[in-house]
Amino acid sequence: MNRIQLSCHIGLGPSVSGLALVTSDDFSARYDLNRLKGVFSRPSHRLFGKSYVGKIMVFNDVKGGVASAWMLREMLSRKLAPRALLFNRVNPILAQGAAFADMTMCDRFENVDVTEQIKTGDWVTVEPDKGVVFVESN
Amino acid sequence: MHLTNEEKSMLEGEFGEPCKWAMEHMLRVGNFFGAKDFVQVTQAHMMADPESVGEIGVEFLEKLADQNGSVKIPMITDPRGVDLNYYRPLGQTEEMANLDRRLISACERMGILMTNTCINYQTVMAPIIGEHVAFGDTGVVIYSNSVCGARSNFEGGPSALASGLTGRTPRYGLHLIENRRATKRFTISEFPHSLMDWGILGAVIGKKLGSYWEIPIIEGLELIPTSDQMKHFGAAMASHGSVPLFHLLGITPEARTIEDVGGNRLVAEAITKTDLKVLRSNYMGDRNALDVVVFGAPQLSLIEMQKIANLCEGKTLRISLIVCTSPQVYGDAKRMGLIDAIETAGGKVLEGTCFYNQYAREIGEANGWKNLMTNSAKLANIIGGYGYTPSLASMSDCIDSAELGKNILEEKQ
Repeated sequence: MNRIQLSCHIGLGPSVSGLALVTSDDFSARYDLNRLKGVFSRPSHRLFGKSYVGKIMVFNDVKGGVASAWMLREMLSRKLAPRALLFNRVNPILAQGAAFADMTMCDRFENVDVTEQIKTGDWVTVEPDKGVVFVESN
Repeated sequence: MHLTNEEKSMLEGEFGEPCKWAMEHMLRVGNFFGAKDFVQVTQAHMMADPESVGEIGVEFLEKLADQNGSVKIPMITDPRGVDLNYYRPLGQTEEMANLDRRLISACERMGILMTNTCINYQTVMAPIIGEHVAFGDTGVVIYSNSVCGARSNFEGGPSALASGLTGRTPRYGLHLIENRRATKRFTISEFPHSLMDWGILGAVIGKKLGSYWEIPIIEGLELIPTSDQMKHFGAAMASHGSVPLFHLLGITPEARTIEDVGGNRLVAEAITKTDLKVLRSNYMGDRNALDVVVFGAPQLSLIEMQKIANLCEGKTLRISLIVCTSPQVYGDAKRMGLIDAIETAGGKVLEGTCFYNQYAREIGEANGWKNLMTNSAKLANIIGGYGYTPSLASMSDCIDSAELGKNILEEKQ
């Protein structure tokens, strides 16, 4: 088993662990998800059809609208939410949404593309208050 | 973050629990982005449609209202999720309408003005250059930043509300001059004509940038765009790329010269006809199939309403036509006979909503709508995730398709 540590900017939300679901695509809760079913519903998204529930989601960036700021908390309230969100770079909306929902979120990784450092199925531990992410892969 | 004595009092609860929550929320966001202090804002604009807010969010708003939360600055709202005068025919339920009614009641108790519009810069009160505001709706923000020269980040509903309750926002992002300078330079060689063309151009640039932190300077426009053209251009750029600000050389107020925004140090990239064609090719729809034609995203101005009314004259539409406009425009359009002209042809004008934020998935399933045609590059980008197959067409092609009962794009090629 390989274990690596990634450093990032101080993030938001509690420390969590879980299985990673990774894409180099960008993210919007409004544009990309069927939030009633907990799956990616946008046909052109690379994760189309996959469940995000309970996953440590890893994206490149954020796209689109402001709705995600309400939606993250709404998704958590129905227990159909990701466990954490990791981005190379996040926009204000997702940061505001994570702050409102108390959902774990980190971005601005040091000198790496986070979508290349973590692979789908890796076990990931996120410690946002320290700005570190541990990745265990087989 | 540095706090004034008044801000410390807000944080300690001396101004009530809603203000305390607002300061705690904004401190989390401000610290995340490295804000040094707060900046006072003059207006707030909140996106809060019930599909996004949900039961948990409505309960949150009701709690703030019960705690006597009250906005300190003029605060207005983005489109609603339900036109309470016309929701059953769309397949929206009483549960949806009641959630929206509760949301509206909570907002009104806090002194929020229910303007229900994403074109407040055309209809309510446009900000002026240098004015710090806390606006929601990406189309509102990019227009206000770019065309008006105001200063706003994308503010999601909770953050806009926090600004409304306190009159402040953390000073980061677009509130700082250094983040408003161009990072990419584009040239265009053709002036877009239709609103769809403007949306496509905005979408292409948005996709090339792909980040909130990339700001384009665009040169080559020989004519001054209209407000509606800027509206579709910006809304598409923000939607396809999360971009909050653009500069048009010699046109928008912060870019009188290329040096003003640092564009002279950047290498220009040409936007080609191929770029535009490729973008458009993603939105041709499913051959002849067509179930609904939608105008919205952003809501229509009075001028757009007149154009649609004129195009509908003498026609009988065979496909459902939904037109979304603001309550401010709706009143004028009604008085001037434009609503009647559209609805006589068989269309329906909705007041204070926008198609994609009014339970789009549920109304699509209720009405059997899958193949959707629009002239909005923003709507075409969003609606795929709600189960629709979008096609992008000019306003006149949309109306012609609605009249003929099929998608005419393939035949026209």
